[in-house]
Amino acid sequence: MSKGRFGTYGGQYIPETLMNAVIELEQAYEHYKNDEQYNRELTSLFNNYVGRPTLLYFAARLTKDLGGAKIYLKREDLNHTGSHKINNVLGQSLLAKKMGKTRIIAETGAGQHGVATATAAALMDMECEIFMGAEDTRRQALNVYKMRLLGATVHPVSSGTATLKDAVSETMREWTNRIADTHYVLGSVMGPHPFPTIVRDLQAVISKEIKEQMLEREGRLPNAVIACVGGGSNAIGAFHHFINDKSVRLIGCEAAGRGIGTFDTAATISTGKIGIFHGMKSYFCQDEYGQIAPVYSISAGLDYPGIGPEHAYLHDIGRAEYVAITDEEAVSAFEYLSRIEGIIPAIESAHAIAYVLKLAPKLDKDKIIVINVSGRGDKDCAAVARFRGEEISDE
Amino acid sequence: MSRIKEAFGRGKAFIPFLTCGDPDLETTLELCKAIEDAGADLIELGIPFSDPIAEGPVIQKASLRALSGGVTTDKIFDLVDKVRKTVRLPLLFMTYANVVFSYGTERFVKTATEIGIDGLILPDVPFEEKGDFEPICKMYGIDLISFIAPTSLERISIIAQEAAGFIYCISSLGVTGMRDKINSDIDKMIGLVRKSTTVPTAIGFGVSTPEQAAKLAEKSDGVIVGSAIVKLIEQYGRDAVPYVFNYAKKMKLAITK
Repeated sequence: MSKGRFGTYGGQYIPETLMNAVIELEQAYEHYKNDEQYNRELTSLFNNYVGRPTLLYFAARLTKDLGGAKIYLKREDLNHTGSHKINNVLGQSLLAKKMGKTRIIAETGAGQHGVATATAAALMDMECEIFMGAEDTRRQALNVYKMRLLGATVHPVSSGTATLKDAVSETMREWTNRIADTHYVLGSVMGPHPFPTIVRDLQAVISKEIKEQMLEREGRLPNAVIACVGGGSNAIGAFHHFINDKSVRLIGCEAAGRGIGTFDTAATISTGKIGIFHGMKSYFCQDEYGQIAPVYSISAGLDYPGIGPEHAYLHDIGRAEYVAITDEEAVSAFEYLSRIEGIIPAIESAHAIAYVLKLAPKLDKDKIIVINVSGRGDKDCAAVARFRGEEISDE
Repeated sequence: MSRIKEAFGRGKAFIPFLTCGDPDLETTLELCKAIEDAGADLIELGIPFSDPIAEGPVIQKASLRALSGGVTTDKIFDLVDKVRKTVRLPLLFMTYANVVFSYGTERFVKTATEIGIDGLILPDVPFEEKGDFEPICKMYGIDLISFIAPTSLERISIIAQEAAGFIYCISSLGVTGMRDKINSDIDKMIGLVRKSTTVPTAIGFGVSTPEQAAKLAEKSDGVIVGSAIVKLIEQYGRDAVPYVFNYAKKMKLAITK
């Protein structure tokens, strides 16, 4: 079996044209991940540019209101550019720069990863092109503007369903077109090896900090760590340093959209089956002939028909649990956290909060839950208002 | 002798590509016959996939047209069964890993063999991942085709040593689709292949004119043409058969000279 496997999942199912590029990337990463200078530079960017470590905030009012377990929020929403995406992007862009690449390309769904990539490109003086579903460029016009402001070129992708999966396909196609000077900054723990490993390692700073902060505050580990899952980068980042701590429940919250019994869903573990797509073997939403299914969620960041291979593995061995949260539940949690804690979470993160609203009251008061608030919700206000039947506009 | 080997034994091979079910399966059947009559040596039959990452816009659109027309893997198996009643050329399926995997790799390969398929081309299965597919193909006696690309370099000899049927040489960086110029060092690629194997080579990606085809046929054992044919089908729909016939004839003539 090939490299980069999590159980039987993962692998490198990509065109031959890209094989030497991923081999070169793997070799560079194996070298630089242990390179003192690289790690010093990355840590400095995390501390002085991103604002790490992010806070582990005890949500007292939320805890009291739910009347069960103590709830902490890991505030990835406080990162520069507003989400956990920047952790991965800076690590990869710095690596690309060390490899002598002068141009970075990336896919984006809602635009969070695209904005983070454009930000890193501006900071590191690299050429940047972002591929975004044409449908998403209309839904997230502000993020398109931000990327352009930061100096990136944004390509609307109109092939297929014109959403995130098509943006990934198109970025892969562009990479086959121009490889020598270009690095593909993949945005999640997905795609061909070594991406799921690189992105996980870079996002693992989240669980490293949670563990240190929790031991300092409570003198013990949490009972559960909960995060939303699309491709799964913020979740794997929040889980990683707890995987060997069997007492810590790891719970990933997928987007059920209008419900897992409907066609309007993006809940891969709940509704998908094993397949091969976008460079990896994992679970995918697909029809009986293996055609990738159109997926739906109110959250553009979770609107993806697959899940990272390490999550597929953690699911199969029972180390992590995966639950599905509907649009309605996520929107209610979005509104609830805003009112009770004064924190507007990303609609993606609201899926994790929604599950805690169900779980926390059932747990004893001496239990501790950590929710990874992967991003901030400014970008989602218009969509949530629309969901509630209200049109808002800056015009 | 396998049908694929035999086909390359007759001289330079012309290998056209069709997306099954574009515009409909009846037309695909007619096109197969017309292409054989026009002098093609092998036929690549595309089973459309929703997200074909190695394809340019022309074949992407053809795949969507076929899928929205209701084409499925089973319907394509029925089509090939009909094609085989008249067409004697080697037939290869060109599709993506998930189409085969989700059907059940062994069930797919077994059925394909029974209806007379000679080879399988999976552009998202590189050398490192062929273990999922190749042993089953070997067991049923069909060839899993290997790719080499302008970026393959030192990989070429490893790939070529284990290649079967023919070696699919990708002419250029990027995805499938017509190109004005092919800038890669084809001679070097083919030279490296020749050091490792006697398996024939066919060049694809970007070939559309008789002039290009003639030039590439000098350097290799065959030429694969996809987007240029699919473009004719996009333009003429159910009436495309005579246009594709004339085009195929012209291309075959160009590479035979």
